[in-house]
Amino acid sequence: MSTLTELALVAIASAIVNNVVLSQFLGICPFLGVSKNTKTAAGMGGAVIFVIAIATFVTQLIYYGVLANSALVKKGIDLTYLKTIVFILVIAALVQFVEMFLKKKVPSLYQSLGVFLPLITTNCAVLGVALNSVTNYSDKSFGMALLYSMIYGIFTAVGFFIAIVLMAGIREKIEYNDIPSPFKGTAIVLITAALMSIAFIGFSGMI
Amino acid sequence: MDFVAIIIAAVVVGAVGIILGFFLGVSGEKFKVEVDPREEAILDVLPGNNCGGCGYAGCSGLAAAIVKGEAPVNQCPVGGAPVGSKIGEIMGVAAEEGTKKVAFVKCIGDCDKAKTDYEYTGVEDCSAMAFVPGGGPKSCNYGCLGYGSCVKACPFDAIHVVNGVAVVDPMACKACGKCIAACPKNLIELVPYDAKHIVACSSKDKGKDVMAACQAGCIGCHLCEKNCPSDAVHVVDNIAYIDQEKCTGCDACALKCPKKVII
Repeated sequence: MSTLTELALVAIASAIVNNVVLSQFLGICPFLGVSKNTKTAAGMGGAVIFVIAIATFVTQLIYYGVLANSALVKKGIDLTYLKTIVFILVIAALVQFVEMFLKKKVPSLYQSLGVFLPLITTNCAVLGVALNSVTNYSDKSFGMALLYSMIYGIFTAVGFFIAIVLMAGIREKIEYNDIPSPFKGTAIVLITAALMSIAFIGFSGMI
Repeated sequence: MDFVAIIIAAVVVGAVGIILGFFLGVSGEKFKVEVDPREEAILDVLPGNNCGGCGYAGCSGLAAAIVKGEAPVNQCPVGGAPVGSKIGEIMGVAAEEGTKKVAFVKCIGDCDKAKTDYEYTGVEDCSAMAFVPGGGPKSCNYGCLGYGSCVKACPFDAIHVVNGVAVVDPMACKACGKCIAACPKNLIELVPYDAKHIVACSSKDKGKDVMAACQAGCIGCHLCEKNCPSDAVHVVDNIAYIDQEKCTGCDACALKCPKKVII
């Protein structure tokens, strides 16, 4: 299989088949919290795409440059087990930095994404993408691993975007429905999420 | 125990933390955005509900607009005159005096007074009534539907459906205008808080049709218009209007009204 076909498969698989929210259950909190109307949901989804793209790039550089540095590995020092805690620190700091940078340099983008950026600091989907790509692509050469991780990360975020916008569309309609009182509020949202998840299992035979 | 491994881990994580902290500190200084101190002062004075009643995206949006001079200092409908004068002090201009206004639902045709054509058991939402025969179960085509779209829209819990009609609590109402936008029948209007008399009906139907549909409907009989000593009441399109500027609160119209819709 050529690299291009493989990349296309990675993209489809991460966006739809292994949807980050509905199949891997990562990033549930913004999925439930910020999905009350489609406009803010799309804003959140856009912000997640933006952050995951940057975070994947930076965490991959740090992983291959510092933690799994070949010079260190030759000396018998293996730091890869520190990846989780280092990635948490790096992602949190990175999001803070991106927020500051946008506020100063690109105010228009800050206006549209600003309120969502601090929320993404704790979005487990970002950390999940960084950790998964390290596990999945560490046998490739550095450049290839970076390329695969970027594609994987961006399309995972696209999957998040799809899921949260769909959810917001459904929730806008739920507002007008006569829901039995025990199911009102979060309960009906969780049931909806479960049904969506079952629907997305339908994609699992695709690849 | 492998102490070397523990020390290496501690050093790596500590170093990452220190580097990131230093980096964030430096960039925090470098990318500092100069905010006009007046903007923050105004934001402190504003109510902070972010209701959007002023037409800007939340209180911070209004604060920025006031500092730029795009909005008058008393733009906030929620804070009204007190907040307006405080912002005026910050900006160094005198606030134009505004009267406190509250929302008012121009319908008192509750379940006892208004007739219904049929029983409705569907979606509890006023805007859904557009798809229902006759624009809702009420015989009157102008009256309050009582399904609470305004209640859902109110950020201050100031409007409630009582016996099938929405009623505003004037003490809690901040005149943000959310309910006015939510009402598909355009029944809600901002009136002065100290208004003496208001016509609590919106029906433009002829007197006979109003009588058939509701016990509390303006029949356009002109009695209020004829009895008003200060020329404040006029009947236009079969419904009385009171000019609040001219009304002296003499009660003549309210006493004469055969349907008791002037309150």
